This record gives sequence, structure tokens and C-alpha cells, in this order.
Amino acid sequence: MSSAFMSRTGALMSKLAIAASLGMVSQAATAEYALNMPVGVTEISREVYDLHMLVFYVCCVIGAVVFGAMIYSIIAHRKSKGAKAANFHHSTVVEIVWTAIPFVILMALALPAAKTLVKMENTRGAEMSIKVTGYQWKWQYEYIDEDVSFYSTLSQDSNFARQKNSGVDLESVDNYLLDVDNPLVVPTDTKIRLLLTAADVIHAWWVPDFAVKKDAIPGYINETWMQIDEPGTYRGQCAELCGRDNGFMPVDVIAKEPAEYQKWLAEQKGETASVATEQNVALAQ
Amino acid sequence: MSHAEAHDHHHGPEPGFMRWLKTTNHKDLGALYLMFSLAMFIVGGLMSLVIRAELFTPGMQFVDPQFFNSMTTMHALFMIFGGVMPAFTGLSNYLIPIQLGAPDMALPRINNMGFWILPIAFGMLLSTLFMEGGAPAGGWTLYPPLSMQTGDAMPFLVFSIHLMGISSITGAINVIVTILNLRAPGMDLMKMPLFCWTWLITAFLLIAVMPVLAGAVTMLLTDKYFGTTFFAAAGGGDPVMFQHIFWFFGHPEVYIMILPAFGVVSQIIPTFARKTLFGYSSMVYATAAIALASVIVWAHHMFAVGLPVAAELFFMFAAKMISVPTGVKVFNWVATMWRGSMTFETPMLFSLGFVILFTIGGFSGLMLAMTPVDFQYHDSYFVVAHFHYVLVPGAVFSLFAAVYYWLPKWTGTMYNEKLGKLHFWLSTIFINVLFFPQHFLGLAGMPRRIPDYSLQFAEFNFMSSVGAFAFFITQFIFLYNLITTCRGKWEKATDQVWEGAKGVEWEMLPSPLPYHTFEQQPDLSDYEPHPTH
Repeated sequence: MSSAFMSRTGALMSKLAIAASLGMVSQAATAEYALNMPVGVTEISREVYDLHMLVFYVCCVIGAVVFGAMIYSIIAHRKSKGAKAANFHHSTVVEIVWTAIPFVILMALALPAAKTLVKMENTRGAEMSIKVTGYQWKWQYEYIDEDVSFYSTLSQDSNFARQKNSGVDLESVDNYLLDVDNPLVVPTDTKIRLLLTAADVIHAWWVPDFAVKKDAIPGYINETWMQIDEPGTYRGQCAELCGRDNGFMPVDVIAKEPAEYQKWLAEQKGETASVATEQNVALAQ
Repeated sequence: MSHAEAHDHHHGPEPGFMRWLKTTNHKDLGALYLMFSLAMFIVGGLMSLVIRAELFTPGMQFVDPQFFNSMTTMHALFMIFGGVMPAFTGLSNYLIPIQLGAPDMALPRINNMGFWILPIAFGMLLSTLFMEGGAPAGGWTLYPPLSMQTGDAMPFLVFSIHLMGISSITGAINVIVTILNLRAPGMDLMKMPLFCWTWLITAFLLIAVMPVLAGAVTMLLTDKYFGTTFFAAAGGGDPVMFQHIFWFFGHPEVYIMILPAFGVVSQIIPTFARKTLFGYSSMVYATAAIALASVIVWAHHMFAVGLPVAAELFFMFAAKMISVPTGVKVFNWVATMWRGSMTFETPMLFSLGFVILFTIGGFSGLMLAMTPVDFQYHDSYFVVAHFHYVLVPGAVFSLFAAVYYWLPKWTGTMYNEKLGKLHFWLSTIFINVLFFPQHFLGLAGMPRRIPDYSLQFAEFNFMSSVGAFAFFITQFIFLYNLITTCRGKWEKATDQVWEGAKGVEWEMLPSPLPYHTFEQQPDLSDYEPHPTH
């Protein structure tokens, strides 16, 4: 316990020291130490990241001005330094100025945001569609027009380790709580439309690297889309409280080059058929 | 002489418990509300410690995930409806009559009822922890269909929310009637202290939205037990409709919890800057503007549900607009300090902490209002950090400031300044250790309301939990200071208490306040609380 405590503290301290020395906005620091939002691997996610940094910097500037004035006043205008209170108490001009300036800043922030938002919500021209259904507590993926469909649940290792006082060293589990048995496999450089719904309660499908988070709601079919630039494995989690095991239904997406994806798809088509037969046999028994 | 004694006795409080049960005195009820809210803060705080203990390290150590969900749900319900709201109602009871020269609240018996409903409501809510199926675990937002999976706790949850709503509405009606009818002659509306103004506006918000919440939870109840399908898609209902109704209540609720805090801080800063509040009338208008805007921004809590793009755009622009009047308030506070003659007693420290840390919560609010980016922030720990910044070093710090500020007036005893300052500095340090890392967790992708997390989130969760326990322990300093001050352990307070304090309670009333103030109606025609030109 105490050694775990020490190593945890040590890791934390070094992380904070590095964060402080590099400055929290440094790209290298953010990538390695997860202090910031991921830039992601889609055009949209990069735009979202830029908007995030834009509004963050604007807040920093406003904060520097307001807190700067406040701290200066706290230091300079204190009674113990013999400060005498001035007598001014209102100024219509000043009030108008500091109503108008924030208004302009807000508009300047909202306009580019509106542009990106419209892009995000435009699901037209998708090259393929996948239906995503949330269950307590797993995801189902159905490749529309492809006759491929499977469930995606928390990996066995994680599921075993996450039981209360399992005694499993979590460091030994691959991607603790973020690995699934059957990840969603998709092609890169393809506009993929996701159709989201749920069978029981509301869930939310979230992969930070795509800047995609959309609720899966019973009785609704929600739409969103992504176009992934780089092959890789991308991880997320259910982001809407969905009951007891809300924390244990991760989202795993493997993006493959289109050619490899086609190969995978062909394999699946064979397998789905055999799995379906197996399931029928199991059910019959 | 004997006549005078008999007279005093007649007007004094009844001895023993019956005094508190039957009291219609605004100061007694104010004290009851505040003590009740303190108890609820402790209960809700203990629940948050269960949460932070489980999240201390990765892996499940202490509780079942379902119980964890109950803790997040109950923590929110207790803190919002049991802690923050009754605390401000308590302050309104204690302060509004004495600030306006009124003998008491306008509806004293309703006032008594409004308070005594609360222990019943929260006793009932707490009892759900021991029921079949456990306490409510669907989040304080009670979203169906998940909240339909609540066990035996469901009707008790709904009924306790009804009771809390009734209590809030009686409190709100009392505030409105008192302010509009019982002001002493000469106390014009635009001469009222800011606390009265912010509460007047809050009271209208309460009356506007608490019945909406009551309606929403009643529909949940009939969906569960009477076969209706308001929110069940299978029966033609709409689960998203609940969210619209809930947040139509829920967003104004945010301002219900913060507008009175604005009022408190707007009174404390001028006192310790020894300078008139800058822009009094713009403060009043900004408060009203925030309240009006708060009822047209609700769907910014729901960007991920799949709203039409036009609605998303509207709610983004509307939500952003709220920061304009809020900004005006912050600028006015800074301008009040500017070229003042400041001292830094505990109420001032908490108010300054409020301005800075609430503003940081405001900044993350500005970020959350960016719809495309909200898809990343939504339901992550970034949101948790955001609303705790505006609620804890926001609303709760203003409550600490208010208690330190008015306690000498209420009790006639000055609290211990050294302990007060220690309380402030430790609270400020630990609240940041507790909540600042949660921004990083959210940005890195940790969803809220999860009992366990992957290892990349371990360090900041560890830090956050350390901050949580340290913050909780720090509050015992406050508790000690509070109890000893009420018992008169420290120096006697003067009538004005603070050198720069202006207002009826400081300039015209003794410390401690007598059991009945203003048996004779004061004339405040010549009273100039702040220059109007």
C-alpha cells in the first residue's frame, strides 16, 4: 500500500513538474501527459481542437486582464499601505464598454464554432453506414448492407480485474477498462455514417480522437459521421450514465487501410454465418 | 419595571425544543434553515468522500458500482436541495427583514411550514438508502428510461422532490411578499441592498421553474406506476422530452443557486474596500438579465442528444450571451475594489476567492457553450470540474463569507479571525487540489459518473481525492469557530462590527440582534445607502 502510494505520488509530482516546466499548452506535454484534449485523427477533431485552444486562449487573456487588475488593486489599494478610498461609484460609459467588448468577443468565438458545427452535423455523402445499438452494458455494431453484425463487450481480462478486490495487478491488464472483445473495424479515408440507437436506456458513443459523442436513445435514430485519416486503434467509453456498469462498456475502434478493411470484411462475412449457426445451436440446447 | 420584564418575557422565545418547532420568528427560522443546511452539507460531503475514496486508486475497492451511482445521485440531491438552497433561504430569512426595516417576514406561519417540510423530505430521501433496490442511482437529473429502473425508492424520491419544491416555493413567495409589501417607508426598491435584489429575482425564478420540476417527476411517477408513457418510446412517448422539461427547470436552478451569492459578495466587497459598490443599478439590471436569459438556454445541457442544427446554433448563441451580464458583475466588483482602502478580514477573503474561482468556473462555462467543442467536454470530468467551480468556491464560498460577515451581528460575538483566515487559505488550496485536476481528466477523456477508470487517469484522480479529504477535514475549523462564536467564547462585537459596513442592520441595530427588531416602524426617508447620482 505505502509503496504504491509513494510511486503514485512520485509519478504525480514528476508529471506536474514537467507540466509546469513545459507550460501546460505545449503540444509535447499534452500528448504525452494527457493534460489536454487529443488533437485526434479527423478533420473535424482538429477543427474542434483548434476551437478549444482558441476559446482557452481567449479565456486566458480575459483572465489575465481581470485578475491582473484585481491583484494590482489588492496589492496597491490596501488600507495598511495608507490607501484612501476614492469616491467614484458609477460610469455609464464604462458599463457600455464592458458590455460591448465581451459581446464582440463572444460573437467572434461563436462564428467559427457555428461553421464547424454545421460541418459536423452534415452526414450527407457518407460512403458507408454502421448501426450502433447501446445495451446495458455493451455495444452492437451492424454493418448496413453487409450482413455483418456483432456485439462488443469489455474484455475478459478487464472484466475479471475490475471485480471488487480482485487482487489483479491492473498494470498487467492490457488497456485496463478500455479493451473490448470485438472492436469496431472501419476503413480510413472513408466518410462513415453512424446510426445510433439504444435498446434499454440512453447511452452515448464517444471516441475523443474523432470528436464524436452522440447519445444512443431508445426510440430515436441519431446520426453522426467520421472520416479517419490514420490507421490505428482508438478508444473511448460510454458517456451517458446507463446504470450499474456504465463505467465498463468501452468503445474500441480499429481503423484499417481500405484494402485491409475489405479483407477483414470478407472474413467476417464467412464468420458471421458460422457464428449465427453456433448461436442457434446454443439456443436450441 | 415588573411590567417591562413581563413584556420582555411575553416577546421572548419559548424555552426548549418547542421554541424551534413552533417558531414564526424570522431569525429563529433563518438559524434553523442554516443549521439544517450545514447538516445536509455534512451528509452530502460524506457521500462525496465515498465517491472520492472509491476513485482514490484504479480498481474497485470499497463499493458496488450500483451503490457508487447512488452516491453520485444522492450527493447532488443533498448538496443542491438540502445544502445550497436552504442555506440561501436561511440567509434571506435572517437578513431581508432587517435590511429593509421590516418587523418579520410577511408570512411567518408559512415560513415555519416551509422549513419543517425539509427535514421530512430529506429524512425520506435518506431512508431510500435502506430500501429494496437501493437509493436512486440514475443521476440527480433522473433521466428516463434509466430512472425507471429505480426500485422501491422511486415514489419516495418523487415525493421528497415534491416536498422540497413546496418548501422552496413557500420561501420564494415569502421573499417576494416581504420585499414588495414590508419595506419601511423610504426604503425604495433602488435603495435596497443587493442581497435583497438578487433574492427578489431568484424568488421569481423559483416560482417559475420549481413547478416544472414537480411536473416532470410526477410524469416519471405515473410512467412507472400508472401505465402512462410520457417518456417511454415503446408507448409513443419521448425520453428526450423529459430532458427538455428537466433542464427548463435545471438551468434556472443554476442561477437560483448563484444569484443570492452575487448579492452577498456585492455587499461584502464594498464594506472591506470602504467604497460604494460600483454600478449599483447595472448590478440590478445584470441580475435581471441573467434571470431572464436563464430560461432560454436549457438545451445547452443536451447538445449530444441530437438536436436539429438550428436549435444547436440558437442555444450556443443564447448560452454565450449569459456571460455578458455575468461579466458586467465581475467587472463591477473589480471596479469597486479599485482605488478603495481594502482590508482582508475573513468575509473579504472568501469574497475575493469567490470572484476569482467563480470566474474560472465561468471560463470553463464559456468553453462548454461552444457547441462543437462541447461534444468533447459533455459528460466528462471537465463538466464536473466546471460546475463544482461555480458551486463550491462559488456558491459555498459566498455562504462562508456571509456567515463570517453577519455572524457577529447575529450573535454579538466576533468569531476568531485567525481561525477564519486559516479556514479560508486551507479551503482555497484544497478546493483547487480537488477540482482543478478534474479539468485535465475530462479533457483526457474520462467520463463522469464512473466508479473505476483506466490507468492513464490514476494520478489526477489520486490528487483529486487527496484534495477532497483535506477539504472536508478543513471544514472542522469552520465548525469549531462557528460553535465557539455562537457560545460567546470570543470578543464582543460592536454594533457596526465592520468599519466600512453600511446598511440598516449595521447602522441602526445592536449586536446581537434583539429577538424582535423594529417593533416601531423606522422611517428611512433620509437614509442614503449609496449615492444615486
